[in-house]
Amino acid sequence: MTREAPANGHLLNETEWHTLRALADVIVPPSGKYGIPGAGDEAIAKTIVKDANYGDKLARLIAALDTLNAMAQGVHGAEFALLHDDQRQAVAFTFREEQPAAATLAEQLVTQCYYRDDRVVTSLGMELRPPMPDGYKVDQGDWSLLEQVQKRQPFHRPAG
Amino acid sequence: MAEETVDVLIIGAGASGAAMAWSLAETKMHIVCLEQGGLMNPLAYPSTGRDWEARQQSDFNSNPNVRGLKTDYPINEDESCIKVANFNGVGGGTVLYAGHFPRFHPSDFRTKSLDGVGDDWPIDYNQIAPYYAENEKMTGVAGMNGDPAYPSDNAQRLPPLPLGESGKVLAKGFNALGYHWWPSDTAIITEDYDGRAGCINLGACGAGCAQGAKGSADVTYWPHAQRAGVDLRTRCRVREITVGEDGMATGAHYVTGDGQEKEIKAHVVIVACNGIGTPRLLLNSKSPQHPDGLANSSGLVGKNLMFHPYAWIQGMFEEVTDGFAGPHKLMRSQEFYETDESRGYKRGYTLEIQRGMPPVRTAHTGLKHGRIPWGEGHHDAFRKMFNHCTGMVAVCEDLPEEHNRVTIDPVLKDSDGIPAPKISYTLSENSKRMLQHGVDRATEILKAGGATDVYSEWPIPYGGWHLMGTARMGTDPARSVVNEWGRAHDCRNLFIIDGSIFVTSAGVNPTNTIQALALYVADQMKQRLANATLFD
Repeated sequence: MTREAPANGHLLNETEWHTLRALADVIVPPSGKYGIPGAGDEAIAKTIVKDANYGDKLARLIAALDTLNAMAQGVHGAEFALLHDDQRQAVAFTFREEQPAAATLAEQLVTQCYYRDDRVVTSLGMELRPPMPDGYKVDQGDWSLLEQVQKRQPFHRPAG
Repeated sequence: MAEETVDVLIIGAGASGAAMAWSLAETKMHIVCLEQGGLMNPLAYPSTGRDWEARQQSDFNSNPNVRGLKTDYPINEDESCIKVANFNGVGGGTVLYAGHFPRFHPSDFRTKSLDGVGDDWPIDYNQIAPYYAENEKMTGVAGMNGDPAYPSDNAQRLPPLPLGESGKVLAKGFNALGYHWWPSDTAIITEDYDGRAGCINLGACGAGCAQGAKGSADVTYWPHAQRAGVDLRTRCRVREITVGEDGMATGAHYVTGDGQEKEIKAHVVIVACNGIGTPRLLLNSKSPQHPDGLANSSGLVGKNLMFHPYAWIQGMFEEVTDGFAGPHKLMRSQEFYETDESRGYKRGYTLEIQRGMPPVRTAHTGLKHGRIPWGEGHHDAFRKMFNHCTGMVAVCEDLPEEHNRVTIDPVLKDSDGIPAPKISYTLSENSKRMLQHGVDRATEILKAGGATDVYSEWPIPYGGWHLMGTARMGTDPARSVVNEWGRAHDCRNLFIIDGSIFVTSAGVNPTNTIQALALYVADQMKQRLANATLFD
């Protein structure tokens, strides 16, 4: 079930949106080493919401975010996004352990959007293009490796 | 409800329906094919966009319940450890398949006689061999002659798919252990063929080939069949097959994409809806003449559902592998294909080699198998894995068991209100032992090839690509649904031609055999049309 986009273009309410961005940053944090943002980056998070709006995924994602917030409230008395980094990480890891299906949905949505962001793709040394129409080159490889098998006698089984 | 009468009605435009339509077209009969899905548009395939991996999680997912398109029907899979993979559209499952195109072995048709399991087919390898060759010619198959695991054949093969870096490390592993491997027979053209352009290594075979190099039935058989006069009608979902007072099929009721209810009359009805869709349609076609569903006097419609349980085994290497570029099915091993009872199970499996993974799939796999963490360390772990993986799957023979079955769900319906199928399936002990054997051997092979880390999974939960056995072929009407040339025992103008009619599953991908059987049944029909014995 997809959600109608309200006039402001948001499919999540404010709390859900901030929770999503905070969770996405826990899953894939920014990296100074590689010069890339975390998955909670605004543009990436918008893509996550867009991708989630298919079938029942958005409803399941919202339920996951609500659960995460409830866990944060229960332990620390505050929304997940407002916790300190170490608190947030601890709650997120508990969530992953106790709610594996919800956590898997979240990590799948996060990574399917993160790993097509231009900045991330560039950092991996990939071209910013789809596979079609140029395709890719794959070397033939070393066919001499087959010689050992070609020397083998037929071993298929007669059908009787 | 408008009526028309045609000579032949084919239901389903997938692998078998396409082959049948093409073969029968030379008779110049009036042939109509009804397909519930649409005609595919390669320009809209995922590989034409940057979001191509994400779309494999939505509108190009292999599971119909995830995909959820209007052209799909839902399947209750709650009682099955393996979920269905299919596609509804012209080309059917071949739109999404990887194109691995091996033949069955001669022994696959004689499992009861040879190994005391399953049942023997009423036909044998030699009867089907000419149709394999015809199908391979129509499809365009890359490979190499001389595989010692097979009898010599008359296949016309295009040059094999590139081994690449993945092939190199894996071949080293197989060779170190003295195990068989061979370039795969794959329905991907490595050079221009039959008006289609050769493969350019898009690496997105499983989401439709935008290049048209993969031999999906919409680009192989259908253009020829339509040019020969077959009337292909899309967005036409058959509700039921109708019968007359004599119990013979009279045609079908169907629903168009805009919701119109229609009827078509036919002298011959051919069902080609796959191992789930075919029993669903037969069981939904109840009548006073066929109270338990059409052609179901044996009670076997829907029973003996076979998948191929898959094990997936992957290794991480220091070397850079090919990543996701290139067709996945570059090699196969049939070292463990035939029965060796010292292994603890009967029958066997093919090791089907895969290449590497694109970035999103790398992340999903790494997260799932604990190789890539959340938080600190994510990026380094991802880069260690990305373009450094390759592996294989074990495609295990599934033996027929009546409790594995397709029934009609009492509640679930598709968007046209047609009752949906429910599948009930459990893994046998034989399958479990075979899967574990496959994991153990593949792990050895990967390590022998230099893998520094190996991880695996079985059964692959969303690996129900091959749907077989639910309207089996045989000479005894009490033990089978169709006879040895595809005609229903209970209904002399009804034919079934998809994977439903398989007696056993073999340990290889079934599409080549499904299509070869369709061509064989078509020839049987044409011979009997010529001497007016088709309905005898």
